[in-house]
Amino acid sequence: MDWLAHNLPTEGAAASAPTAGSCLRHNVPTARPEEALATVRARVDASPYRFALVVAGDRTLLGRLRHAALDAASGTAVHEAMESGPSTVRPQVALAAVESHLRAHHLSYVIVTDPEGRLLGTVHREDLTGAAVSRSR
Amino acid sequence: MAARIDLPRLRALLDVGAQLVEVLPAAEYADQHLPGALNIPLKTLSPGTAAGLDRTRPIVVYCWDGL
Repeated sequence: MDWLAHNLPTEGAAASAPTAGSCLRHNVPTARPEEALATVRARVDASPYRFALVVAGDRTLLGRLRHAALDAASGTAVHEAMESGPSTVRPQVALAAVESHLRAHHLSYVIVTDPEGRLLGTVHREDLTGAAVSRSR
Repeated sequence: MAARIDLPRLRALLDVGAQLVEVLPAAEYADQHLPGALNIPLKTLSPGTAAGLDRTRPIVVYCWDGL
């Protein structure tokens, strides 16, 4: 049933253990594959982020646009410039494991999706300080 | 009659009053379980331990794979 993998609530002593799903940000800019890069660039520049996630109409994650890719010719469509199939984690992964993964791979964030590949959010290293981890459920 | 179900079907059944039964050992149930689930560990499952279930409502039984 993949209840946990869809970041649905549970009960019990471990239900409040911090996981990727308990530390999600939902405000990373998103883009549709058919959009023009110039449009997405404006959206990214107006956000605190330097990338956008490319999603289908049902929020299925298709790719990622790093900031450098946003400099491509203005007539370019998102799907022509995006990095396809970025790596993701499931929401039930322990936050400590997420933090280890970020440190080991020198990453600043990870993308979280459900088993159908739909975007749930992102977890950012700066949110995983000791205070943030202890604060998380 | 038993049938394997997916998440959308589970949610639909819960919406109409299905009962959730986790058959993992009590310690694992205490650790984490689906909201509202009852615990009848598989090794204790019998007509007696299941007697409290309402036979007029759907019963969804799950173990670790269901989480």
